[in-house]
Amino acid sequence: MSQANMNDPLRFYGVEMKSRLLVGTAQYPSPAILGEALAASRAEIVTVSLRREAGGGRAGESFWGLVRSLGLRVLPNTAGCRTVKEAVATAQMARELFGTNWIKLEVVGEEDLLAPDVFGLVEAARILCDEGFDVFPYTTDDLVVADKLLDAGCKVLMPWGAPIGSGRGLNNLFALRAMRAHFPDIPLVIDAGLGAPSQAAHAFELGYDAVLLNTAIARAGDPVAMARAFAAACEAGRTAFLAQPMEPRDMAAPSTPVLGRAFS
Amino acid sequence: MRIRIIGAGAAGLTVAFELVTRARAAGRDLALEVVEKNPGPGQGCSFYAGGMIAPWCEAESTEPIVASLGAEALDFWTNVVPVAERRGSLVVAPPRDRAELAQFSRRTSHFITLDRESLAALEPDLADNFASALYFEEEAHLAPRAALAHLAGLLAAEPNVAFQYGVDAATLPDNCDWTLDCRGYAAKPELSGLRGVKGEMMIVRSADIKLSRPVRMLHPRHPVYVVPRPDGTFMIGATMIENEERARVTAQSLVELVNSAFAVHPAFAQAEVVETGSDVRPSFIDNLPRLVRDGRRLYLNGLYRHGFLLSPALASRAARVVLEDAFFPEVMDEDRGQWRDAGRARA
Repeated sequence: MSQANMNDPLRFYGVEMKSRLLVGTAQYPSPAILGEALAASRAEIVTVSLRREAGGGRAGESFWGLVRSLGLRVLPNTAGCRTVKEAVATAQMARELFGTNWIKLEVVGEEDLLAPDVFGLVEAARILCDEGFDVFPYTTDDLVVADKLLDAGCKVLMPWGAPIGSGRGLNNLFALRAMRAHFPDIPLVIDAGLGAPSQAAHAFELGYDAVLLNTAIARAGDPVAMARAFAAACEAGRTAFLAQPMEPRDMAAPSTPVLGRAFS
Repeated sequence: MRIRIIGAGAAGLTVAFELVTRARAAGRDLALEVVEKNPGPGQGCSFYAGGMIAPWCEAESTEPIVASLGAEALDFWTNVVPVAERRGSLVVAPPRDRAELAQFSRRTSHFITLDRESLAALEPDLADNFASALYFEEEAHLAPRAALAHLAGLLAAEPNVAFQYGVDAATLPDNCDWTLDCRGYAAKPELSGLRGVKGEMMIVRSADIKLSRPVRMLHPRHPVYVVPRPDGTFMIGATMIENEERARVTAQSLVELVNSAFAVHPAFAQAEVVETGSDVRPSFIDNLPRLVRDGRRLYLNGLYRHGFLLSPALASRAARVVLEDAFFPEVMDEDRGQWRDAGRARA
């Protein structure tokens, strides 16, 4: 039996992380509550959207300054970009603004579900990887797309659990299990769709390396307490995975032996 | 006592009003000058306000202090300076977003739930599209520009109040006993932590829609509110974007506002666009208002998206700071973490 390793770091593009919870910065009641929630989440990475906040240039500076002042590693994202060109331009701007090669790449292909345009995603990932970016692609649970993203140079995959902001949890367990099995050595992050801490714990029990979420914390009645709950759930799920959960059985297995019981 | 108020928006004018009435009641002599850089009152971000006096709706996404301070505004705008109509407000959600309505109802109070029939009795134009609604009966709404013009008119009639429009206060000699700085976002260089949160709005005219009260439509991505105005127009607002561009309405924002308004009532698609507008909301890091005292200068700022909702409560406190040397921890403590914790204890 292997020991659950308490010293259990995660690596993204060579950078070692202790926390396995990545958190967004949108939709909070105020920046003050955002700051408190991030502290409670114990996250080390925050993702920040750039496209709309940028406005005509650096008009978003006040808010970005607040995010920078939290002292966490910033993973800028291209949320809201609908074309390869837009996503690439936003990534380039993000690199300049935040001084990081990291980019969470989103190319929206369908408005209702905000589903990734996987064709555009692969194309944009190739361009950005060639330009030296460390790309974190927001993708579906499709294995072929995942393969092509790795081909393009991505060293992390971020499949959805469910559509962004839907809070529906892990929609396709079969596909997510298959993805874990296919890519045992690639850091896999469940990005989007988680609504409750139990769902985050489940992702870790499946062997996922990290989860990224925003709405579930930001729009909770008490975002700070919810951030704490997610931090605890992530730790529980990861610890459970390392501790090797039992397999379900088709019959009851008594904890105490029944053999020899009188009159049974 | 000689007092200068800088800024003739919702904050500055309500402070002027509170000072005049409280000084009169106390038999104190005041000489008040209101200095405004624009050519008239209410032309800063108040100009683009929704004008909803909705303390209980706001409780859904703000700290409890906003509702408690905001409740004071109902009396102010309906009795003291009676420019608001008290017809309540409605909250609705499209059929597929009913979960939003349930969540909103869990986080608010002072409402009753309407079915389609009772909604039809209240707002016949909404009943085709919505099977239920939350009705916050005690809330009110006003037309911001008319309200502030009226308030400025009341003040101008006072013998001890002088208005100076089109004047930059920085050019005036510092010869007052007190300065009340109500400049909003323009005070950013002097107030640490003040930032702007962009909002865009539009005003449309339609003869095909009749509404008697503000309607908020919940939506996971593009919530919208529609406020009927007395001249047959409707204000549709408002985006909330963390940047400080004051005057740039984007096509995307308009598309979102129109789309959402269309879901409130399809006739909005054929409405005439009268105006689009954009400005930034002056906001502190906790999106809560503050009175910041610096000797004999008092800043009244950080009203965020609650200019009309919070200005009466802030104004009466500011007036008492000036006249009585009072102190109000709920809006004057440097570190108000304890207030937030008190408000956040509901978990």
